[in-house]
Amino acid sequence: MNRTSQKAIEALFLLSAIISVIALGLILWFILMKGIPALREIGIWEFVSGDLWMPSADLYGILPMIVSSLLVTLGAVAVGTPVSILAALFLTQLAPKKLANAAQVVIELLAAIPSVVYGFFGLALIVPTIDKWSGGYGGNSLFAGIIILAMMILPTIISVSATSLKAVPEAYKDASLALGESITGTSYRVMLPAAKTGVFTAIVLGIGRAVGETMAVILVMGNTPRMPDFFNKGLAALFQPTRTLTGNIAIEMGYATGLHEGALFATATVLLVFIVIINLTLWWIQKKAGSVQ
Amino acid sequence: MYLTELSQTSYEDLIIDLYTDIGTKNESEGNNMKKLVCMVLAAMMLLSGVAFAEGKLSIQGSTSVTPLMEKLVAAFPDKSVECEVQGTGSSAGIKAAIEGTADLGMSSRNLKEAELAELTPIIIAMDGIAVVVNPENSVKSLTKEQVSQVFKGEIVNWKDLGGEDAPIVLISREAGSGTRDAFEELMELTTEKDGKKLSLVDFAYPIVASGNGEVKQNVATKKGAIGYLSLGSVDDTLVAAKIDDVEATPENIKNNTYAIARPFIVVTKGAPRADVQALIDFILGAEGQQIVADNHYITMG
Repeated sequence: MNRTSQKAIEALFLLSAIISVIALGLILWFILMKGIPALREIGIWEFVSGDLWMPSADLYGILPMIVSSLLVTLGAVAVGTPVSILAALFLTQLAPKKLANAAQVVIELLAAIPSVVYGFFGLALIVPTIDKWSGGYGGNSLFAGIIILAMMILPTIISVSATSLKAVPEAYKDASLALGESITGTSYRVMLPAAKTGVFTAIVLGIGRAVGETMAVILVMGNTPRMPDFFNKGLAALFQPTRTLTGNIAIEMGYATGLHEGALFATATVLLVFIVIINLTLWWIQKKAGSVQ
Repeated sequence: MYLTELSQTSYEDLIIDLYTDIGTKNESEGNNMKKLVCMVLAAMMLLSGVAFAEGKLSIQGSTSVTPLMEKLVAAFPDKSVECEVQGTGSSAGIKAAIEGTADLGMSSRNLKEAELAELTPIIIAMDGIAVVVNPENSVKSLTKEQVSQVFKGEIVNWKDLGGEDAPIVLISREAGSGTRDAFEELMELTTEKDGKKLSLVDFAYPIVASGNGEVKQNVATKKGAIGYLSLGSVDDTLVAAKIDDVEATPENIKNNTYAIARPFIVVTKGAPRADVQALIDFILGAEGQQIVADNHYITMG
């Protein structure tokens, strides 16, 4: 009896594992089945290097969306990472225990806020604020997307960095302090380098969240399927509306039929390639860290 | 016609009834019961969706026609016909009618030649496209030429239109929108390149709003914004600019002085079924056209 129930429970575990694999397999199969024929028809090179997205004219180039996705992600990481790392150092090295615990709760809450709420907040506060500062133009823009995404990736980077900082042996800190290094110097020059694998992991996870984010960026970025015009406008291009890969799918899926629909699935395929690259990077960082230890 | 809605209401009653019963039982039993009830109800709703899918009238297409169609369908006297109206965009609606997944397609643009070969179009109303600005904007009258230049990005500041020194924020629509197709055609905002019709609006970096509602929200909240939307959707949160000194009103569209107008079309493939024909007859009849007029669209009489 005991053995039978043991077997049954094992089978249940196996089934659960299989279900998640099947889910992934179904998604991949579906996206590729719909996306690849469209890629063939449009031409892969034309698709990823074309700078005009005009479905009514049968022009499907997603270069502007690829560039926007990269820019908004890099921008968000550039803004969010320093803040997150300093916050993680403060929470693990400097803050009194009570404050650190309270901050932990706040950060977890920040991570739990649905993205549409972030987007709505951006639309109601950040977009009008930028509009006001810039004299009426530039609210719905790449810049607004960067700000919102930077806020959204804070909790991911802070909590993963903090966890790895906590895992650094206390002896490192004691030794550094005993040698006369200040607490800030110790944090920055001893603890942070010791936790660098965890910090890199945190940044890559942040990138992953930023690339995949959809709802919040749609609400604040304006969604023009054009590349930000840095060549002619310089930094002012930060304040032009632009569209990410995720936004392209979400905005047009309700209207798309035929090749247009296929092109959206092809967009999803490109997005999938991005995600795979990010995950491989993550795997590589962890593998490298493992071999060092 | 409101079968789905009605049945959902009765489910809600059912939930309340069942919960009232549960209230008298002890706590843990009640929780289990609740779960069971929820599961059963979920299953029933799923099944009902499938069951009702048969024999209903599917109407799909333009998001501009959808609000009008919903009102027409609601007033359609034959309650035994269940209609489902879905705003999926003109191009999608036409496609659905060709493929037979919709009994009736809705379009807010004229049909292309290839589409005309497959479908029978019937104009049910005319609709103006209003060029809308924020109520705080001092510019409330534009020429057709100016509107065209603004949406091509040739004029980028309100001061060149007699307004304040403030940048113009363009609000356009997403690809596939019938309103956008019609507006670009009427305002000559396209150019021919390699045999393909390119939109010039995209080159002016407009904010892309999906749906009339989002255009409205953008124009209502941004002082320097200008957009275009179905005249029937204009309300007091924004101002429809005069074009060539002519106000955008149903009367002016009817007497051909306001030029930015397009037809609302329904399309059927081949001879329509009896219930579809009855609905079309109702829409084109006195009662239907009264609803058209009441909602600020232009009647076909």
